[in-house]
Amino acid sequence: MDETKNVIISAKDIEVKFRVRDKYLTAIRNVSLDLYEGETFAIVGESGSGKSVFTKTFTGMLESNGTISNGSVMFHGTDLTKLRTDKDWEGIRGAKISTIFQDPMTSLNPIRTIGSQITEVIEKHQKISKAEAKQQAIEMMDRVGIPDAANRFDEYPFQYSGGMRQRIVIAIALSCHPEILICDEPTTALDVTIQAQIIKLIRDLQKELGFTTLYITHDLGVVANVADRVGVMYGGQIIEYGTVEEIFFDPRHPYTWALLSSLPQLGVKGEDLFYITGTPPSLFNEIKGDAFAPRNEHALNIDFQEEPPFFKVSDTHYAKTWLLDPRAPKLEKPEVIHDLHEKIKLMTDKGGAFHVD
Amino acid sequence: MSTEDREVILSIKHVDVTFETGHKKKLRAVKDANFDIYKGETFALVGESGSGKTTLGRAIMRINPCSAGEILFEGKRISGKISREEDRNVVRNIQMIFQDPAASLNERATIEYCVSEGLYNFHLYKDENERIEKVDRALESVGLLPEHKSRYPHEFSGGQRQRVGIARAMIMDPKFIVADEPISALDVSIRAQVLNLMNKLKAERNLTYLFIAHDLSVVRFIADRIAVIHLGEIVEIAESETLFKYPMHPYTVSLLSAVPMPDPIVEKTRHHIVYDPSKLEQTDEQRELREVRPGHFVFCTNNEFTRYREKMDRMEQEIG
Repeated sequence: MDETKNVIISAKDIEVKFRVRDKYLTAIRNVSLDLYEGETFAIVGESGSGKSVFTKTFTGMLESNGTISNGSVMFHGTDLTKLRTDKDWEGIRGAKISTIFQDPMTSLNPIRTIGSQITEVIEKHQKISKAEAKQQAIEMMDRVGIPDAANRFDEYPFQYSGGMRQRIVIAIALSCHPEILICDEPTTALDVTIQAQIIKLIRDLQKELGFTTLYITHDLGVVANVADRVGVMYGGQIIEYGTVEEIFFDPRHPYTWALLSSLPQLGVKGEDLFYITGTPPSLFNEIKGDAFAPRNEHALNIDFQEEPPFFKVSDTHYAKTWLLDPRAPKLEKPEVIHDLHEKIKLMTDKGGAFHVD
Repeated sequence: MSTEDREVILSIKHVDVTFETGHKKKLRAVKDANFDIYKGETFALVGESGSGKTTLGRAIMRINPCSAGEILFEGKRISGKISREEDRNVVRNIQMIFQDPAASLNERATIEYCVSEGLYNFHLYKDENERIEKVDRALESVGLLPEHKSRYPHEFSGGQRQRVGIARAMIMDPKFIVADEPISALDVSIRAQVLNLMNKLKAERNLTYLFIAHDLSVVRFIADRIAVIHLGEIVEIAESETLFKYPMHPYTVSLLSAVPMPDPIVEKTRHHIVYDPSKLEQTDEQRELREVRPGHFVFCTNNEFTRYREKMDRMEQEIG
């Protein structure tokens, strides 16, 4: 990673609440995160862990029953949590911070041409003529790998395949040269072979255009591929973060252990796969102690009583678990994820199950 | 492993499934599928969206009619017109597990009703007590509690709902299960639970699975044999370990290279091989499934067959 490390966006102590009927649900509980310019940060977590909700605070796209009840998101000297109206957001959302969503079919308008949907964004954010906008749109389509872009400009989304549609969504998101691109499960709805292409496309474009990427995914394989740094979310909090190597090869939080251990890639035939018992905590209730404690076989007494602070593992690696307290018993990560790199290397080297020529 | 002496439970014989897609337009979603599934094995059908894997699964369930060929279950034809009695027999013995448990359960019915539905339809119980006992046993076998009976599907988590879906199939005491992407809609940690459960039930009841999936990493863990399907054509069939060790067809290779590995060092240096059908031999010769090694079939022409065999020889020497 680069040494200069300019923070481009900084979220501090974010808390998000949703009003559901007469109750309040706390979806995000005091999450702080700094993104560095040009890096790829991946947030990984299961459904309901709050990963999407958290990043929606960067673009003011929380559902109407949700509010940011605490904290700030600083971006170029502006606190994004203070912006209220669409007018406030103009010039930031879609222009400086763009989002790619999971399902390209729902993020494109089915009854308008591909071309008009791209030029719309360009015209909105840049003061240029229609012809110039069209020119830019075709260039962008070309860049995201649409063959014969000029001729496909006037086609409709249904004439595109799923992968092509996602390329268009990327083209739209990048058409105003944003500084931050949020990718919310961009490949989950796509086939694996298409997924590989889209991931590569985003990476190539990032190199070329130099934006910062925030990936949201539940797939650790994708994380390993794209991320410089990783944050693991559980129960509305980031519970561990570090460089991608630290998270995969030296994880410290029992939840990160569990997540890695349950990967089918590591499964041995004829033996049970590791799995996490129980269910994630209900966010309607106040969570006492470590949110993962009830499902954690290694849980200490204190895990049920007091919320752990972040403990420092290295300058870049922090984990929110009492296991790192000097008084805690020394615990080793589970056997399955010991020597992870050696194991995976065996699988992908010659003769291994995932080796290809 | 020799396969000749194993008992065939389901036989797909040159099956085509065709859809009308407009006036005089037809789409052959499954083209000449031809393979056997042995009793007690997990046979995986792997392909991308639009490959016809679900269509073939549905043809076995007799939801999609076959436009050519036939399907035999325990030696008896089950495709096309069959007698009412046999129809009931097939419905009982072949059950399905669906992808999205939230969509496949009646949200306005209790779990008790959802699970007993098959029993009601087939009057598979003497009295209320026996029915309830059967429901309890089915729920227990998937790790749910009898007290869950009175609840509604929305009160459960995704993994629990999928367990209900499995209980619903298990209560019929089937011999054969078509599981159509049973874990794709689930979170990583829940996936492992459901896979373990399926393996456990298979061992306890000597079930046979047709496991339809798009994810090779999952399939490697659960399947005994794998068929790879691409645009309606089965391009390769082999024992699970063999397919991973000696992938022959370029499409299989491409699929394998696209499986993301949970290791940043490895993953960042891997490259994805894009499948390019134009690199196959361009010929009018009909491709067919040919046996490269016993039990390992690849869809190819005669020339390609020779090449695959050479490749196999080479790989066997290198890997051993």
